Amino acid sequence: MRTLAREWRSGELGVLLLALTVAVAALTGVGFLVSRISAAVSMQASEVLAADIRLGSPQPIGDQYFEEAARRGLRTARNTALLSVVFNGDESQLTNVHAVTEGYPLRGKLLVADEPFAKGVPAKGIPTPGEVWPDSKLLAAVGGRLGSQLAIGAASFRVGRVLISRPDQGGTNAADLPATRLIQPGSRVSYGALFAGERNRIEVFKAWLYAHKKRAERLRDITEASPQIKNAVDRAGRFLSLASLVSVLLCAIAVAMSARRYVLRHLDSVALLKTLGATRAFILSVSVLQLLALAMLAAMAGSAIGFLAQEWLLRTIRGLLATADLPGASLVPVAIGFMTAIAVLAGFALPPLLQLSRVPAVRVLRRDVGPPPPLVLLAFGPAVAVVVFLIYWVVLDWKLFLGFTAGLAGFMVLLTLAGALLVHLAGRLRGRVGVAWRYGVANLSRRRAESLVQIVAFGTGIMVLLLLGIIRDELSSDWRRSLPANLPNYFFINIPPAERDGFLGFLSSRGARTTRILPMIRGRLASINGRSIDELRAGGEGADNFVTREQNLTWTAELGADNRIVAGRWWTPAEFGRPLVSLATEFQESLGVYVGDRLAFDIAGETFEVRVASIRKVKWDSFQPNFFIVFAPGVLEDTAGTYMTSAYFKPADARALAQLARRFPSVSIFDIDDLLAQVRSVLNKAALAVQSVFVFTLFAGLTVLLAAAQSSRDERRYESAMLRTLGASRSTVLQGVLAEFTTLGLLSGLLGAVGASIAAYFMTTRVLELHYSFDLRVWVVGLAGGALFVAASGWLATRSVVNQPPLTTLRAA
Amino acid sequence: MVRNSVLKAEDLTKQVSSPEGSLTIVHGVSLDIAPGESVAVVGASGAGKSTLLALLAGLDLPTTGRVLLEGTDLTRLDEDGRARLRAQRVGFVFQSFHLIPALTALENVMLPLELAGSSDARRAAFDTLQRVGLKDRTGHYPRQLSGGEQQRVALARAFVTNPAVLFADEPTGNLDTATGGRVGELLFDLNANSHTTLVLVTHDRALASRCGRIVTMEAGPRSLGLVGLRVARFRGWSSHWLCGRWRGNGARVSSASCCSR
Repeated sequence: MRTLAREWRSGELGVLLLALTVAVAALTGVGFLVSRISAAVSMQASEVLAADIRLGSPQPIGDQYFEEAARRGLRTARNTALLSVVFNGDESQLTNVHAVTEGYPLRGKLLVADEPFAKGVPAKGIPTPGEVWPDSKLLAAVGGRLGSQLAIGAASFRVGRVLISRPDQGGTNAADLPATRLIQPGSRVSYGALFAGERNRIEVFKAWLYAHKKRAERLRDITEASPQIKNAVDRAGRFLSLASLVSVLLCAIAVAMSARRYVLRHLDSVALLKTLGATRAFILSVSVLQLLALAMLAAMAGSAIGFLAQEWLLRTIRGLLATADLPGASLVPVAIGFMTAIAVLAGFALPPLLQLSRVPAVRVLRRDVGPPPPLVLLAFGPAVAVVVFLIYWVVLDWKLFLGFTAGLAGFMVLLTLAGALLVHLAGRLRGRVGVAWRYGVANLSRRRAESLVQIVAFGTGIMVLLLLGIIRDELSSDWRRSLPANLPNYFFINIPPAERDGFLGFLSSRGARTTRILPMIRGRLASINGRSIDELRAGGEGADNFVTREQNLTWTAELGADNRIVAGRWWTPAEFGRPLVSLATEFQESLGVYVGDRLAFDIAGETFEVRVASIRKVKWDSFQPNFFIVFAPGVLEDTAGTYMTSAYFKPADARALAQLARRFPSVSIFDIDDLLAQVRSVLNKAALAVQSVFVFTLFAGLTVLLAAAQSSRDERRYESAMLRTLGASRSTVLQGVLAEFTTLGLLSGLLGAVGASIAAYFMTTRVLELHYSFDLRVWVVGLAGGALFVAASGWLATRSVVNQPPLTTLRAA
Repeated sequence: MVRNSVLKAEDLTKQVSSPEGSLTIVHGVSLDIAPGESVAVVGASGAGKSTLLALLAGLDLPTTGRVLLEGTDLTRLDEDGRARLRAQRVGFVFQSFHLIPALTALENVMLPLELAGSSDARRAAFDTLQRVGLKDRTGHYPRQLSGGEQQRVALARAFVTNPAVLFADEPTGNLDTATGGRVGELLFDLNANSHTTLVLVTHDRALASRCGRIVTMEAGPRSLGLVGLRVARFRGWSSHWLCGRWRGNGARVSSASCCSR
């Protein structure tokens, strides 16, 4: 410790500490930001459920769950729904009546108004006893208005407000439910238990609930509640984790460079210590202790800076966020910062320090004697191990891990080879340029190994920055493409076959653009490959949920543009009428079935045996009607079903919708305007996070550039003094330095642009499943940016070297 | 006659590999140094003086031959074993001072004591700095000291452990004549007071002449590989060759010289 304090006083460790601190700051900054924004995103996603988790059951839900939740400090509410006929005088309508308890909704807001289909405002509380809040469609269908008395079962309720939207698409106060006398043995009631609270507690409670719930009780959380939001969060999360990984790798490069410089500067001291009698163990323990202390210092300082940076960033962009208050930051990023600091130091700084301990004592007499060359395994093994460990730790996905690691390794090898070639070519050009350029380019070829290390480092830095830029652009333009302003905002289900054409005619007469109309049939999976579902029930929760639930089935001849076949093939007209089925990947993964497997469905008492013809990847965020299970045409046509479609209406086109509700009373209307608004706001947040990560990574990249320029500083100091002693002017020396760094930057930029274009192609098309368009700007930015950044940082780092009087330098040498 | 020796070299040869093949830097050197003796090693640049010093101090290992320090064969010790022995029995002074820039003068002097596990390093270091006249500069860093002051700190560091043998490599080489003279004075005073054995590599004739014995090393004109060594007798012993043979490839052997204090 004392040695560290002494070393510190001399400022020797400053460079290493700075590199590590900046890197940890970038990493924890990203970590804080990602954890807070993803908490905000899932909080918003929870609104779709009106809770964080929801337990549904056809039987009344016992109090024990609510007691357990209360004991764990969670908020709870109940939502009981039943199908009933609502009367307003002679007008009646079959509808779902929801009875909720105080506190509902636990997440999101109820929007109410004084007229049907009007713009809603957030409601305070729930309907008071004796009051009902019918939704727009119900009130329009029964011709009621504010103050009307609606009869539900044996009780009568005054219309207090009109319900415009609720998070989980309300009704009455649960205390009124017994008065209706609707809940009788045999009546179709669904009971819901809602839970919400602090994230970690919810996770623990969820596990408890899974273990204690009855089979008939179904648990839902946000990941299952809304495929659209899940998709968006997944993508953003995957991208952000890759982006934070880039910070880690940049950090590692900076640390390796600083460690190398540190070692070079300490060769003499270590040789002297050995001469004075220090053993290798002593020198090693000093190094390890110094590393640990450095890791601690850097992790603390870096976390503090990272926290402040993301706090500042969030404050500046607060206006852009839909929710005013973001959840507080968790301490997890700090722990990650500490672990990463230690891991990176161990992988990238320890090997050179081990090398340092092998410096022979005789160096005190002969300065040309250095440590023996390291074993390749020892020099690169720990670094490779740490990088591989960190990549897996961040992505936690084998496929992505293997792809990324292989890509990175391949890129490093290619970069080294291409770098060597370019350095060689640049060396041959130097006869044709002026003295300053000749000196600069000669430096590149003379320090071939160092130049290569720097080109690989700069090239990697430039590549990841360009890659982030490309992917950010592709992601946000994909989101813009998938969410145009006039996306369908109303879903209509339960359209009777007889009213299908009339309904479509009505929509087009009102100028509402319809999308495809699909049949919808309820059915239940009965067996897989001849084994009944009861036998297969032990197959885990997801399967259990899918298997026991009644499914919506459809048939269609054409594959939608938002569907992509990932296995098998889509049916041809010749195959119409054959018992074939196409499954969405979610359903297929949950059941573990493959193309060619046989499934049997029970539809209204009749069994349909079908074969899996294809597996589809569905883009759920297209907001088009889509189904997990699609049959080939000519199989289900004779079964009793209804149709569904979606359409775009101008926001709150109350008259048209009220007319529609009266004319087609059996059609259910789902207003997804608010859901869309939610999704848009979630995506905006995700895009924002991506941009901020970009800023952090850019900063980390700059640090690498500075660390690299710094690493050759001592040598440059001496050379500059020599040149000036020989009569070179300051500007000639500076020009030489600029020429060297500009060439280095151009070469790195070229390699970075090539690498980024190739990597971006694979990342966008294979990992993120987006469309990739080649962009020439990447090359311009890579070359110009590389030359500019490397030259500028090289100039910054070596400026003082040139300014120092030559005599001072030569005397010190 | 049999006498005690504190440092004994037997037929030392050092070869290194170079792009042109194997290069012999020191060839067949034997040397016997008695306790309290002071020996100057002189010779032209490239004659192998520093290599011989490194071999005698156990900083490097000979290709053949062996070195005995107070009877311990250095060639049979591993690197750490030699380091431990150095910590306890050997002191060093270098041409370029080799103070650790991160440490103050006092801390630099404390360092070898701490490495040897001494419990009272600070007081001993302070006393020694006082002996070299630097008690007011204990808190200064090397860069805040003049060349002469830095070398006095290095002397204090060398003597603070009361070493059996002190190796000095051009101790006045980086100093002007006047300062070099004063530092040389101090070196011999400390050496006399501590009864330390001194092995001194120098170009400085005046400094060498203060030693009890002078050993001259000379490189052959056509090869750096062969070095002869002649040791002069001191105080009544007859001058004799301990080592130094004519080599077939034409290396010249040094002449013996003798001096007295």
